[in-house]
Amino acid sequence: MKILVCVKQVPDMESRFRPDAAGVWYAETDLAFRVNEYDEYAIEQAVLLKEQLGGEPEITLLSVGPDRVVEAVKKGLAMGADRAVHVRDEAAHFKDPFQIASIIAAYAKGEGFDLIFTGMQSLDRGSSQVGVAVAEALGYSCVTTVVAFEYADGTVTVKRELEGGVKGTVRMKTPALITCQLGLNQPRYPTLPNIMKAKKKEVNVIPVEQLLQQEARLVLVKFSAPAKKGGGVILEGEVADQVDRLIGILKDKTAVLR
Amino acid sequence: MKALLIGECRDGKLLEYSYELFGFASQQGAESAMVLIGTEAALPSYGGTVYLADAGKYGEYDPDLHKRLVQAAVEREKPDYVVFLHTSYGWDLAPRVAALLKAPQVSEVVALAEGGFERPCCSQKMRQVVKPVGTPVVLTLQGGAFPALVPGGTPQRQALEAEGEGRTEFLGYEAAVRKGVDLTRAEIIVSAGRGVGKRENLPVIAELAKVLGGEVGASRPVVDSGWMEAGAQVGVTGQTVSPKLYVACGISGAIQHLAGMKKSGFIVAINKDKDAPIGEVADVLVVADVMQFVPALTAKLAK
Repeated sequence: MKILVCVKQVPDMESRFRPDAAGVWYAETDLAFRVNEYDEYAIEQAVLLKEQLGGEPEITLLSVGPDRVVEAVKKGLAMGADRAVHVRDEAAHFKDPFQIASIIAAYAKGEGFDLIFTGMQSLDRGSSQVGVAVAEALGYSCVTTVVAFEYADGTVTVKRELEGGVKGTVRMKTPALITCQLGLNQPRYPTLPNIMKAKKKEVNVIPVEQLLQQEARLVLVKFSAPAKKGGGVILEGEVADQVDRLIGILKDKTAVLR
Repeated sequence: MKALLIGECRDGKLLEYSYELFGFASQQGAESAMVLIGTEAALPSYGGTVYLADAGKYGEYDPDLHKRLVQAAVEREKPDYVVFLHTSYGWDLAPRVAALLKAPQVSEVVALAEGGFERPCCSQKMRQVVKPVGTPVVLTLQGGAFPALVPGGTPQRQALEAEGEGRTEFLGYEAAVRKGVDLTRAEIIVSAGRGVGKRENLPVIAELAKVLGGEVGASRPVVDSGWMEAGAQVGVTGQTVSPKLYVACGISGAIQHLAGMKKSGFIVAINKDKDAPIGEVADVLVVADVMQFVPALTAKLAK
């Protein structure tokens, strides 16, 4: 069995975001990058399946982006993936979700992956399009927003998360693509020996030009902070002072303090 | 301008939020028609054209068939926009329709702006504007961004059919887990988010709830990490609450969480990050570390 996991590297979401020089996306200066949280669940699910099948499946990680994304795939390799593909692209953030999906599909075509795991969205762009678009380009079955996964004899049974905490159970044959929702599993922390082992694993670099065949369908126009609604009071400063001011406001504006 | 609106059914009933699609069409001054894979009982209160495909035949979740049904309606209506809600149904189906139509898709639209579409990014902290190239444009709308509108009237029904078989088999729904406290009745809720840091810190949140006479809730990451039971989760996939006072401790404010608590009477958020999206709905944002501020607040209130 061959498994592909798509991994995106994204900024820490507690960062302060500022527009880039063109004003259309965030500037990367001062940002710390990490594995997209949803993709950690995707990696973990692939590794769990490998363990379930006695180590037989080969797990390939793929990440599109500049050289910094190698750090992200290294984490996935330390979690238990076997090899990685780095599609080197200094301008990945200018590609739209359709182009990113086309790049991934161009690589995966002919590789014969039985299963592809992706996150259900990225934390930075959050389009929820790439996984589904990869499946459509490859002609794979696809289910999104998966919170439970089972595999037996070429059949995948998953639960997808719907609104109101309801779940829907769906079954399909491989080849299939699954987009992973938070809570699907408990992503493991790489152990030191596995981090050392990961350093020796293969990272195959492919220039994006070899895989990109599609024009963008979306043009980036602007990146900015949302307009503040205003009205809300912001309390900063010393904790003791903040406590007093908050209690004052609660006494003034609500009837909950007896 | 014409918008083809894709309604949603579950268990044979129209999901109420489908009316937000009419709100969008009305706001754009667009002509509209709706596609619904459902039953006669699910028809909306709307005097326009509804392409009704039988959910008995096509299922409520069979994306391979649903995308072809939408495509068939697109061929007849030739819309400028094919509009979904950004829900588990919409974000699953829209990219498949976009692929089939070779059309651009903009996800989670909150507004039209600068000749394009405005949408959130960076975990709702920022906004981007993107401009699609080509038509039709596939859109998914953020829940609540366009107010629901019930146009009224009786739909003109059109039959909708598609060929072939889907590759996925839908086995059924599973009801939500409802354990623990019914937070929907609570007057005061103190909720713990990721900013609490670790499970061992949760008693600090419980003590504040106790001194305020409230219940303890949680954001999704806290439940996913196994720190608290799923029954305590506030948000789209948990409980929707509207207490008199909601205290969000270390909750950044994902849209799914905000949707579950923004109707609270008074919202206090405690967060280290001054730019966290929870600030959008908070009446008071205390910029502080939860583990420093909350114990100090509890101590003072207990006096």
